[in-house]
Amino acid sequence: MVEFNLPANSVVKEGKSFSAPADAKNTRSFKIYRYDPDSGDNPRTDTYDIDLDKCGPMVLDALIKIKNEIDATLTFRRSCREGICGSCAMNIDGRNTLACLKPIEDIKGEVKIYPLPHMPVVKDLVPDLSQPYAQLASIEPWLKADSPTPPDGERLQSREERAKLDGLWECILCFSCSTACPSYWWNSDRYLGPAVLLQAYRWLADSRDEYTGERLDALEDPFRLYRCHTIMNCTNTCPKGLNPALAITEIKKMIAERRA
Amino acid sequence: MKMQSDLGRVRGLGSAKSGSSHWWTQRVTAVANLPLGIWFIISILSGHTADYDAVREWLSSYFHSTMMILMIISVSVHFTHGLQVVIEDYVHNRKAEIVSLFLIKAVAAFLSVAAIVSVLRIVFAGA
Repeated sequence: MVEFNLPANSVVKEGKSFSAPADAKNTRSFKIYRYDPDSGDNPRTDTYDIDLDKCGPMVLDALIKIKNEIDATLTFRRSCREGICGSCAMNIDGRNTLACLKPIEDIKGEVKIYPLPHMPVVKDLVPDLSQPYAQLASIEPWLKADSPTPPDGERLQSREERAKLDGLWECILCFSCSTACPSYWWNSDRYLGPAVLLQAYRWLADSRDEYTGERLDALEDPFRLYRCHTIMNCTNTCPKGLNPALAITEIKKMIAERRA
Repeated sequence: MKMQSDLGRVRGLGSAKSGSSHWWTQRVTAVANLPLGIWFIISILSGHTADYDAVREWLSSYFHSTMMILMIISVSVHFTHGLQVVIEDYVHNRKAEIVSLFLIKAVAAFLSVAAIVSVLRIVFAGA
C-alpha cells in the first residue's frame, strides 16, 4: 500500500541556525533540507540567514554563498548556472525547478529548499537519479534507421519535419517533471515518467527514425506509458516551459492510430 | 542483496504490449455515459420511477429498456476499468492487488448481469 506515514528515522527534524552578520540590512532565511545517510541521523532542516545585498539574484547564488562562506558541508549539484545542464534541479518553495533559474525575489518569506521529491537521497540536496537514467537508456534515445546514411552527407529533414522536434529537443533531463508526478512517485519501478516519455516521443516524432513501430511496441504497456493519468504536474513544473503531458498524449494517440 | 544492473531492472519482464484497449475503452465508456446519464436523469425527473407500475411501464418500452441495458453495461465497464487503475496505482502488495482486482470484476459482473436480467424480466413480462 501507499505509505502514509514516514518510517521513524526519516522524520525531518529542526536543525541548526546560522544568523546573518549584524550589519546586514536586507536579510532572508533559507531553510534547507540536510541528510547524510551514512551518519544514521534523521534528516533535518538547517536555517541560514543571508545578506541579500551581498548575494547574487538566484537561489543557486545563495546556495553557493552558503557553501563558500557559512557551511562548507552543504551538498548540492550545480554546473552551468544558466539552465542548460539540469544539475541544480531541486524543490524550491514547494515546486521542482532549477536553482539557477529561480530568482530569490520571486519567493515570499523564508526560502524552503528540498531535494527532488520521492528519490533516494545521496546527501542533502543530491538525489540518486540512477533509476530515471536507466529508464532513459531503456527507450534507446538515439536515431535508429536501416536505410544507409547518404554517402554524400547527413540524413536530410524538411523544415516542417524538423519543426516537429521543437518543444522536445530542449529538454535538459533535470527530472523536475518526473519527480513532480504522483504516478511516478507510486510506481516509478514500472512507469517511465514524463521526462523519459518526452524523450521517447522526441524519437517517435523524428522523421529520420525508422523504428517507430518497435518503439511504440516497447511503450505500449499498462505501466510504462498508461500510468500517466494526465495529472499535468509535469507541464506545470517544467523549468524550461516544455509540455511533457502533451508528448505523452501524442504517444497515446499514435498507439490508438495504429489500432484502427 | 540485489546486484542486477539498473537497466536490467528497468527493462524487467518487458512490455506487456497491451494497455491501449483498456485506455480507449475507458474513454469510450466515459463519452457514452454522458448521453446515457442525461437520459437516466431526465427519466427520473419526468416521474418514470415514481412507483412500481410507473417503472414497469417505463422499462417495457423498447427504447427505454435498451437505453437502460446500455447504461448498465457502460457504467459497469467504466467502473471496473477505473477502479482497476486505482488499485494498480496504490495497492502494492501483489496478492492483495490480484484478489481485489478479481473481486471488483466479479462483483461488477454479478451486479450488471443481475440488473440486465431484471430489465429483461420487466420487458418480457410486459409483452
